[in-house]
Amino acid sequence: MITLTAIDQIAEHYDIAVVGAGPTGLAAAARAAELGLSVLLADENPSPGGQIYRAITTTPVTQRGVLGEDYWKGGALVDRLWPTNTAYAPGCTVWSVAPDEVGGFELGLSLGGQARLVATDQVILATGAQERPFPIPGWTLPGVMTAGAAQIALKASGLVPSGRTVIAGCGPLLYLLAGQLAAAGANIVAVLDTMPRRNWLSALAALPDFLRSPYLAKGLKLMAAARGKLPFRTGVTALAAEGSGKVTGVSVTRGGRTKTIACDALLLHQGVIPGINLSNAAGCAQHFDHVQLCWTPTVDDWFASSIPGIAIAGDGAGIGGAESAALRGELASLDAARRFGRLTPVQRDEMAGPTRIALARSLRGRRFLDLLYRPAGAFLAPPADETIVCRCEEVTAGQIRDTASRLGVTGPNQMKAFLRCGMGPCQGRLCGPTVVELIAQAHGLSPTEVGYYRLRPPVKPITLAELAALPPTEAAVKAVVR
Amino acid sequence: MECRSADVIVIGGGIHGCSTALNCAMRGLSVILLEKDHAGRHASGVNAGGVRQLARHVAEIPLSNASMALWHRIEDLVDDDCGFTCDGQVLVAEDEEDLDTCRARVDDLTLRGFHHEELIDAAELRRLVPAVSDLCPGGVISRRDGAAIPLRATQAFKRKAASLGADIREGVRVTRVVRDGANWRVETDNGFFLSPRIVNTAGAWADRIAADLGEPVPLEVIAPMLMITAAMPAFIKPVVILRRRKLSFKQFGNGTVLIGGGYLGRAIRDENRTVLDWGKLATNARTVWDLFPVMRAAPIARAWAGIEARMPDDLPVFGPSARHEGVYHQFGFSAHGFQLGPGAGAVMAEIIATGSTNVPIDGLQISRFTHPRESRP
Repeated sequence: MITLTAIDQIAEHYDIAVVGAGPTGLAAAARAAELGLSVLLADENPSPGGQIYRAITTTPVTQRGVLGEDYWKGGALVDRLWPTNTAYAPGCTVWSVAPDEVGGFELGLSLGGQARLVATDQVILATGAQERPFPIPGWTLPGVMTAGAAQIALKASGLVPSGRTVIAGCGPLLYLLAGQLAAAGANIVAVLDTMPRRNWLSALAALPDFLRSPYLAKGLKLMAAARGKLPFRTGVTALAAEGSGKVTGVSVTRGGRTKTIACDALLLHQGVIPGINLSNAAGCAQHFDHVQLCWTPTVDDWFASSIPGIAIAGDGAGIGGAESAALRGELASLDAARRFGRLTPVQRDEMAGPTRIALARSLRGRRFLDLLYRPAGAFLAPPADETIVCRCEEVTAGQIRDTASRLGVTGPNQMKAFLRCGMGPCQGRLCGPTVVELIAQAHGLSPTEVGYYRLRPPVKPITLAELAALPPTEAAVKAVVR
Repeated sequence: MECRSADVIVIGGGIHGCSTALNCAMRGLSVILLEKDHAGRHASGVNAGGVRQLARHVAEIPLSNASMALWHRIEDLVDDDCGFTCDGQVLVAEDEEDLDTCRARVDDLTLRGFHHEELIDAAELRRLVPAVSDLCPGGVISRRDGAAIPLRATQAFKRKAASLGADIREGVRVTRVVRDGANWRVETDNGFFLSPRIVNTAGAWADRIAADLGEPVPLEVIAPMLMITAAMPAFIKPVVILRRRKLSFKQFGNGTVLIGGGYLGRAIRDENRTVLDWGKLATNARTVWDLFPVMRAAPIARAWAGIEARMPDDLPVFGPSARHEGVYHQFGFSAHGFQLGPGAGAVMAEIIATGSTNVPIDGLQISRFTHPRESRP
């Protein structure tokens, strides 16, 4: 592995560009390099690991028990890269992926305040998951953040929220994080579980698979640990952050009764969904997954997208967890090598055999978790009109509902013209799923019928100065010389 | 039973189609509008939103003037202000030679009886656009110009047309147009429609309709690119354009800055898709770097391109068909048709209803492409 620290160290061309150095990207890059392909592994973070193994090579948290044994598995993925020729560019943002004129792709990159266009024959997007937006009244107050953000601070810097901390939401990660933060010394005064009890009914049918899954033991341990030690409140149906200038409490509704819990920090979490901004902006087809309740890129068995040459693997192509992510990255690389002619289809299939078995095993029981932890409708489409949905442009749920019904706006792209939601710097990462739910609700349609934002590059902002200083590509220079 | 015939069928739901549908409805004609995506999905919804009389070709100035009168009372017309703001548009001269050309242009317009463009010196330029580079010696201003929000405007025309009885059908793709007795038969992926009059407002797809009608035109499908920045402190009111270098530049009330000027990406029209050319956008960014130092640290939040139609002479095709009675063309606006939408719809409805108009549209007819020898002796 060669670590690149300046943008001019990046070559003009690579066989494969892997975007994201989480488990998917690490495995994909390692496998592609082992098969003799030239690989660029571009990652926004300063060190490898993605979110799940964030800061695995640099974390100041040294007591292994705090982050749990699973976390430390990330080290092996990084170690596999060391002997390869992979060009690893940390701190490098990929802001555009687009087809070039010769059947490959042009990547827009930014590193150290300088931008660059680089060519590649194939792309593997390993951009992972993001937390599902969880708009409640007051969620924009200082002191309110997502559970994932708290986990980043813990892994990267060994920090925990100070003062009375409340964790609220739904999903396995809620228990994991509560346990991790408690172990690291946070003062957790309440864990508020919003999981609708009737989810058990729909999830039961998927229970047999779950009972044979690797999640079971892990999950039971997590839940038992968290529930035994922490003040748990189940059946929460409504939440609102309170305070002026800073969060001072959270109002909690359970069984029709509302009371306030005083706190200094409120951590919200409603599960994770695929991060689709880059694949969407690249033009890859996507669909609404009615089990995981999120927009998901449409991929085949090898994680190839609708655009030949672009694969989307790992949680960015549907939530499956860290273990499945690495396996999916592996499979995407095998197919990429087949596209290059390095492997015949038969060789590819043979090499993939054990990986596919491991993948099936790692995904067994997933459906149960997906069904059990489906967020309640009230958190997907906030009922309170004053709840801010689009944080960039401060657009409320009430405005979206009103515009949808009064002006007959039937899709999120049209909504942009009236309210500007989705047009801020986050380009819909934080409002998109909620806006779709609200429009769907207003018109009695499904999210599939409503559709999603058409996102635009740069998917992460670059400065005008960076763009103005963009060096001409080799192709552009040749065009002028001719 | 649903009605599949009307006095007029409008093909294409951009601002031109919606405006023509509205104006026909206002004249008491029954209208069906067919749009393959949703109203304003393409050029009308994704352009820079410039409402500009400045620097127009002489042949389209009358149409532009008629339109500007409507823009200034747009809320009365469509019950929505369409985000229209009027802070003028300024063509900045980058040097003395540029300014000489500006002077000649304004003199020429004066001789023709048009007075909307006005020459300004360096001091007036600095007063209007304080952030512009000190090297610029002056320019031209059109004070009644401004900008609007394109998709919102198009949807407002659609809603108002529908409220007056126009039958707007989105998600219906026209596949073929053929003669059927006294009517035109418009075949779609959702059955056929009949009408004695059809208006071709199909934008970047209009050449296919024209070809069906035996009037093939050399329409080029283009994808003009735009960029927008995150919100910046307010520093400029008017829209700025250049003459020699490509630039269209404006700051919205919310602080975001739109950068365009007509650099082209690639259009893949059968997939409703465009591909950006970052090399050209970098040139676009360098122009802003030169002219507005205040912009150098601005984060670019988004870039995109719409699918538009360009004619070889950069002028629209507007008016009755050269071959068929009951066929009207209104397309090929060559990346500057948004401002013309309200006026062109009114003039087109007038032609349809009365057979003529007082607004001169010479030089815009389709015959300039279909009968080149007759129209250009």
